[in-house]
This record gives sequence, C-alpha cells and structure tokens, in this order.
Amino acid sequence: MANSAVRAPALATAPSLHVAGLSTVWWQTAAIIAALVVALVLPFTISGFRLFQFTQIFIYAIALMGLNILTGYNGQISLGHGAFFAIGAYTTAIMMDKWNIAYGFTIPVAGIVCLVAGYLFGRPALRLEGLYLALATFSLALGVPQILKYFEHWTGGSQGIVLLKPNAPAGLPLDSDQWLYLVALGVLIVMFALARNLLRGRIGRVIVAIRDNPLAAESMGVDSALYKSMAFGISAAYTGVAGALSAIAIAFVAPDSFNVLLSISFLTGIVIGGLATISGAIFGAVFIQFVPNWAQDISKAAPWAIFGLFLILFMYLMPRGIAGGLKVLWARLGRIRPGAPADG
Amino acid sequence: MDIFLQQVLSGLATGGIYASLALALVMIYQATDVVNFAQGEMAMFTTYLAWTMINAGLPYWVAFAVTLVIGFVGGVVIERVIIRPVENAPILAIVIVTIGLLVILNSLAGFIWSYVQKPFPSPFPPQPIRFGGVVIGAHDVGAIAVTLVVLFFLYLFFRYTPLGLAMRAAAQNPMSSRLSGIRVSWMLALGWGLASVFGAVAGMMVAPIVFLDPNMMAGIQMYAFAAATVGGFTSPGGAVLGGFLVGIVENLVGTYVKFIGTELKLTVALAMIFVVLLVKPSGLFGRAAVRRV
Repeated sequence: MANSAVRAPALATAPSLHVAGLSTVWWQTAAIIAALVVALVLPFTISGFRLFQFTQIFIYAIALMGLNILTGYNGQISLGHGAFFAIGAYTTAIMMDKWNIAYGFTIPVAGIVCLVAGYLFGRPALRLEGLYLALATFSLALGVPQILKYFEHWTGGSQGIVLLKPNAPAGLPLDSDQWLYLVALGVLIVMFALARNLLRGRIGRVIVAIRDNPLAAESMGVDSALYKSMAFGISAAYTGVAGALSAIAIAFVAPDSFNVLLSISFLTGIVIGGLATISGAIFGAVFIQFVPNWAQDISKAAPWAIFGLFLILFMYLMPRGIAGGLKVLWARLGRIRPGAPADG
Repeated sequence: MDIFLQQVLSGLATGGIYASLALALVMIYQATDVVNFAQGEMAMFTTYLAWTMINAGLPYWVAFAVTLVIGFVGGVVIERVIIRPVENAPILAIVIVTIGLLVILNSLAGFIWSYVQKPFPSPFPPQPIRFGGVVIGAHDVGAIAVTLVVLFFLYLFFRYTPLGLAMRAAAQNPMSSRLSGIRVSWMLALGWGLASVFGAVAGMMVAPIVFLDPNMMAGIQMYAFAAATVGGFTSPGGAVLGGFLVGIVENLVGTYVKFIGTELKLTVALAMIFVVLLVKPSGLFGRAAVRRV
C-alpha cells in the first residue's frame, strides 16, 4: 500500500500497444481530432438550451481539470473546490457590474485571484493529509454561501448580481449562445493544452512523485511544500477560470448556486471520469451535466436518489472511473493478436 | 454572569447532540479509516421512522427503542450491502459511495415524508428547570442525560464484554485479529451498526429543537465534524468532550461576538475546524499518526 490517499491507476497503456494494426498514439490523435470536429460543428446544428448545456460541459471540464491536477495528480483531496469556482465567478461579476470591465479581461484576472487564493489556502493545508484535508475543504464548501451573503455590499447578498449576456463581436454571424459556446471551447482547448504540457514535463513528474512517495521525492531534493501549494494554486486558478466563464454564460451569480452540492459534484466528476487522466475531466463533466437530468427523467419524485444510485453503481463497476475503465478495455483489445478478427 | 451561565448550559445541551453524532463518525473512522459523509442523513432517516411510529400511536420510549434497533440493523445492512463491495477500492471511491448514500437518503426522505417541516415530540416535560438565576429547558437537560447514558453503556460494552474487546482489536490491528480468529469484516459491520445507533439518538434529541425535515442534519453534521476534529478522530472520549466544547463555543461566540450573530454560525464551525487542524491536527485527545517508512 502506498501511503497516499489517492492511488493512481496502475495500468499505463504501453506505447507499443497496437489495435487493428495502428498504435495507441495514432488512435488518440484520431479521437482528439474527431472530437474537435464534432465540437466545431455542434453550435451550427443544435441551438438554444441544448447548446448551453454543452457550454456548461466545457466550463465544468475546465474546473474538473483543475481539481484533477490537485486530487488526481497530486493526491490532495478537495471537497471544497466550489469555493474557488465561486471566487472566480464573483471576481468576474463584480468587475463587470461595478467597474464595467469587458468580460474578456475578467477571465484571466479571476484565474490570478484564484491562483493567489488557492496558494494561500494550500500553504496551511500542507499540514493536512487525506481525509483531514477532505474535511477542512468540505467545511469550506459548506461555509461559502453564508460568507457570500455576509459581504452584501460587494456580492449583492442573497439577491446576487445580474449581468448582461455578451453578444458576439460585430460582424460575426453568431448569436450570443453560439459565441459563448465558442469562447468556452477556446478557453477549454488552451487550458487543456497548458495542463497537458505542465503534467508531461518536469513539474508534472514532481507533482506525481509527491503523491506516490513524498519521502522519496523529498530525499531527491524536491521542495514538496512549494510544489504542493503551487498545485493547489494552479488547481484553484483553473477552477476560478471556469467560475468566471460560468458567470458570463449564465449572466447571473447568487450565493446559493455555490452550495456544497457543487463541490460534491466536482469531486464526483473527477472520480467518475477518471483520476489522474486528462480525458477524465471531459467524461466527468459530461456525467455531472447530464446524469442529474436523466435521473430527473427516470423519477420526477426523487431524482437525487437515482443520481446517488448511479454514483454507487459506477464505483462498483469502474472504481477507476470511465477513463480507467476504457484503458482496461483498450488493453484487452490490444491483446487480440493482429490477424485475428478484432470486434468493436 | 447569568447570561454567561445560561449560554454555557444551552451550549452543553446542543453539545450533547453534536457529541453523539461525532461519536458515530469517530467509531466508523476508527474501524475503517473512512469518514462517513452520510452519517447525518442516516440519523435523519431513522428520526423520520421514529416520527412515523409515534404518529401511529406508539408510546415515545417504545418508538425510541424500536428506532435504535432499526438503526442498528440498518447500519449493519448498509455496511454489508453497500460499503463491503468497495472495501478494498481506493479511499476516494469509498468517499463517493458514502456521498451517493447521502443524496439517496436525503432524496428518499423528501419523497416519502415531503420537505415540509414537522414538529417532533420531546419525551421531557415542557416546564423549564431553574438553577438559581439560570433557566434551562427540560429537554436540554434530558438530551445531556441521554447522551451521557448512551456513552456510559458504550464504555461498559467496549471495556467489559468480549465482543467489545474483539471490536477494538479488529479496529486496531486487523491482521493479528484475523489470525486469532476474530471475524474482522463482521466487526466493521457491527461498528457501522453502533454508529448508526448514536446517529439515531442524536437525530431524535435534536429534532424537537430544529424540527424534522430532510435537510435538518446538514449543519449538525458540520458541527459533529468540528467536534470530532477538536477531540481527535482517533479518540471516542475526545470526540464527546469535543462535542460539548463546540456546543459551548458556538453559543458563546453567537452571544458575545456581535458581528457573527446567527448568520455566520456555520463559519464558526469552519473556523474551529481550521484552527484545530492547523495547531494540532490530531485533535486535543487524539494520538498523532505515526508511520513506519
């Protein structure tokens, strides 16, 4: 047993694994390109609320990517990322509402504010591990709505702040839903590319080494305290950017939308999507966006009971999440000898 | 001075309730290293069962006893059926399962009994009791007494019965216990059963104060977390003391620190958790986790 609370999926797909004669890397590239093409066609085939739901998926995916850096890659459990989502959303809302700043500028500011907030929170949290950290962050999540209501002068109290939904820049033949979708998609691509480079490089290896064996990492000369609090800061920055986008897309912020359920869905999202995987953030975002709706379709009376049931069943069937499950499936496909009929 | 004493006494009363729930959390944590996020909802659900029985005409104490039995069986069944399959899964998977349980119980209770608040009877007389200049509700005194009685029985059980010893052994060293013939897995299930009983006691004691509704335990679970953290997640006695301490601090801060009042009460629990975790992460009475490397 490693002593970190979060265990990494032990299955790493070997680069030499071939399915249907083509390498895993080839298939991955193909899947990413296919997904991008679908994502670019989507806003011109569906509209209105459906499209908004996909915008939400992108926003959640950014937040989940952030949480995954912290919990999946660095092994620090956070049940309070809704708090950083709220800080990001309110930073944007206050800047737009009080100072009339264009929404585009508020997104990086929200990210920086959350980077600082996350670092400041992560510094003392260094002393907490595993479930203690989960508890501390859980209490943060529970406290957020109350704190937001308390600073009424800035946050508008429980009434919240109503914003103007931005239109597409003049000259582009897009309505505001389509524009927001594309903005969210663009931010998503940039943030994911950054995350991928970060995690593949030296910093990523250090972050993972700290999760897997903190003592060994420190004896190799890693400044574990610095990297752990930086991981917290970066993670919070991602979630803050997502919060900012969410405030712009919904054009409204109110304390009660940042309740503890939001933080719980974030953690649920990365565990179901797949810890310590980049694709897991997308799968998780799809799950937390659509499964509550499906649950509502199945049972109007007790949708959350159905949602809870889904959660539990998922953990029985795929304790390593969707991404982990797919990896197992992929490895099985690859074991079929070339020449033998590969089905699926 | 009277106001001070008054607040301390009512702090003790709510503290007793936090103590019961904190004890439930600590029991499960000790046995399985898992924090059960559904503990409060399990308590809420059993309290609704008690309400149904009392409404059907059963005398209070009969309903109370039956509820404890149902709570115990329910806790064991939940461990066997829901937690067992993920016993060896990553900790986060178990956390997600208890969160799943939380939303299921909450939603089911709302579905069965609706979200309308219901009054819950207190078994104690409505007249307040006077100690000199200080007045305290009979229910508050009763809640403290019930907590202490439950605690006393728990102590006897763990200290003087072979089963209690086996449970402590299973929690402390599962491997050796298994080798000496203790069925460790069943001991964990019993732990969940007992924890669920404390939850039920806490639920039935707090329901007359906050009224019965599916979300009634959210804030209380928060304070129970705070209590368990203050006392130390590894110390049952500490968790109880922590419960009383948190109850008193909550009341005193609410009374004397004007800008907090009742609006930021949850934030007080949050602050307490933080301060304790930062100053002494293992809690006042817990032992620090020592790891062999």
